[in-house]
Amino acid sequence: MGDSASLLSVRDLTVTFPTKRGPVRAVDSLAFDVLPGRTLGIVGESGSGKSVTSLAVMGLHTGAEVTGSVTLAGRELIGLSDRELNALRGRRMAMIFQDPLSSLHPYYTVGEQVAEHHRVHFGSRRATARERAVEALAEVGIPEPRRRAGEYPHQFSGGMRQRVMIAMALVCEPDLLIADEPTTALDVTVQAQILDLIARLQQERGLSVVMITHDLGVVARVAHDVLVMYGGRSAEHAPVDALFASPAHPYTRGLLDSLPRLDDPDDAPLRAIPGSPPSLLEPAPGCAFAPRCPRAAAGSEEERNRCATERPSLGGPDGHPAACHFPAYEGVAP
Amino acid sequence: MTTNAPPLLRVRDLTITFPGRRRGSAPIRAVDRIGFDVAAGETLGLVGESGCGKSTTGRTIVRLLEPTAGSVSFEGRDISHLSQRALKPLRRDLQMVFQDPHSSLNPRHTVARIIADPLLVQGATVAAARKRAVELMELVGLIPEHIDRHPHEFSGGQAQRIGIARALATNPRLVVADEPVSALDVSVQAQIVNLMERLQSELGLAYLFIAHDLSVVKRVCDRVAVMYLGRIVEIGAKERVYAAPAHPYTRALLSAVPLPDPAAERSRERITLLGDPPSPAAPPPGCTFHPRCPKAREICRTEAPPLRTLVPGEPREVACHFPEGV
Repeated sequence: MGDSASLLSVRDLTVTFPTKRGPVRAVDSLAFDVLPGRTLGIVGESGSGKSVTSLAVMGLHTGAEVTGSVTLAGRELIGLSDRELNALRGRRMAMIFQDPLSSLHPYYTVGEQVAEHHRVHFGSRRATARERAVEALAEVGIPEPRRRAGEYPHQFSGGMRQRVMIAMALVCEPDLLIADEPTTALDVTVQAQILDLIARLQQERGLSVVMITHDLGVVARVAHDVLVMYGGRSAEHAPVDALFASPAHPYTRGLLDSLPRLDDPDDAPLRAIPGSPPSLLEPAPGCAFAPRCPRAAAGSEEERNRCATERPSLGGPDGHPAACHFPAYEGVAP
Repeated sequence: MTTNAPPLLRVRDLTITFPGRRRGSAPIRAVDRIGFDVAAGETLGLVGESGCGKSTTGRTIVRLLEPTAGSVSFEGRDISHLSQRALKPLRRDLQMVFQDPHSSLNPRHTVARIIADPLLVQGATVAAARKRAVELMELVGLIPEHIDRHPHEFSGGQAQRIGIARALATNPRLVVADEPVSALDVSVQAQIVNLMERLQSELGLAYLFIAHDLSVVKRVCDRVAVMYLGRIVEIGAKERVYAAPAHPYTRALLSAVPLPDPAAERSRERITLLGDPPSPAAPPPGCTFHPRCPKAREICRTEAPPLRTLVPGEPREVACHFPEGV
């Protein structure tokens, strides 16, 4: 591991929040790489740790204990001062969020907000920065960018606001874009537009993208590689085709089976996963998925015990590791 | 349908307007002359994007809102303008399930009180209502011993089960479910979908299932109505609408849904619509979809297409000057 070719390399990342009811480990020993020009999809449900991970990469956690290593183009980010991080955030790595309206300042025009990024990072003159902002708004597909740059966020629709956020993220030509549920608040026809836009920008600029989502359909559309998170840990990590064709972890399998699909001909009942996602306050000693796992339930008493008491580590083939005592790999009986 | 009995629910020319934001500005027409029937035991899906009027329609059918024009009839009786007092006995038959389970349950009440409330309103005794609440908890897959807990002690999926139990307390004939699974985790959505299907077959319920997720609607519905900017643009048997969408908006909507299958995603043909859904405060003239429609021609800019049967004898109607497959 520790791929020297990767742009972003995360190792042993652990994020712990102090709470009144004791420390909560929201992310636990996470590792992944993002290669230049590739998209990593991070999939998980609420409380899986996917958003906490992205904020930790950006150094945006205050009040949480973050340990492990996050390197961007070979440079360690954990332990950097705010000043050092500020020089990288927005310049080398940028982030867009689920709700664009709450990420934009209501009192400044859209053009001013995009231009400010350029001025801060490049020390450019107002006029230059404004030109760059108009170019960026044009590039993300905002019609009449010069006129629209003088308007305020409330004058934009949800989809157009998300385009503004992308323009703001890209005006400094970062190497890495982290998108945290960027289309969840949008209508499905507008979601398609934004996903197309991110894919186009990635191809044109060789951008690396981390796409955080709960939607396996979005992952199938945009990701090259997928990391599935459950209970703050990595459950499975694989190239997108391998993950969907032969999921090794029973949680991934269960998610895929439980989805109603447009291209599914039969109307048999959905194969639901029983139970609910785990509480991070009282983590189970064994595998976090064991209480809901059909594979654990079907095992012998000894096997069930192992799932309930021993936490599985990420193992299996190099390109497709899974954190399961009984993973299902192609040609290998689970 | 061969019998002449009125359908369970009949909606005709339903129009709902809200006052404009400023004094003197034109009213906003959230729902514009829509009509459909729901038969007993049937599920009609109502799909569309935000602002299309689907939730407003649902709220009007259970008479949380009063229609501006048109009618809502339940078992042949026009309920569009009944007083709250006159509606009370009807509320037994007509219930609603909301999107966000936690915000639709009173946090200070116990589960017993929440589920029993509709029964108490209808005149049941406290003891009888509590007994029924226990039965309902079992019916929806909750542990009856949890009857004296409060909503915050339940997960999202369990809280939605409480909301469903409350809706079923009075043995309704029609349940309007407004986005009942969209606030839930993916792994929990299937549980609630399965529960609603099981309850339907056990209790003979009819659902008006309002959702933006076309994959879920395909799973649960018999018929589907697609709304755009306050109007129904296509309505018909689910099989037909999904297999051969006739309205360009239905086609675009279906092709925009990401499939959880990378190979299918790469190979499929996708229609990406330009622009955003327009505001209902300023609907475009003619066909309201024309500014985004890949097939729009001159007539679409000036003349609103009526909803009409596509193929004689086929249970499907579409509002388009140039429907697909004709």
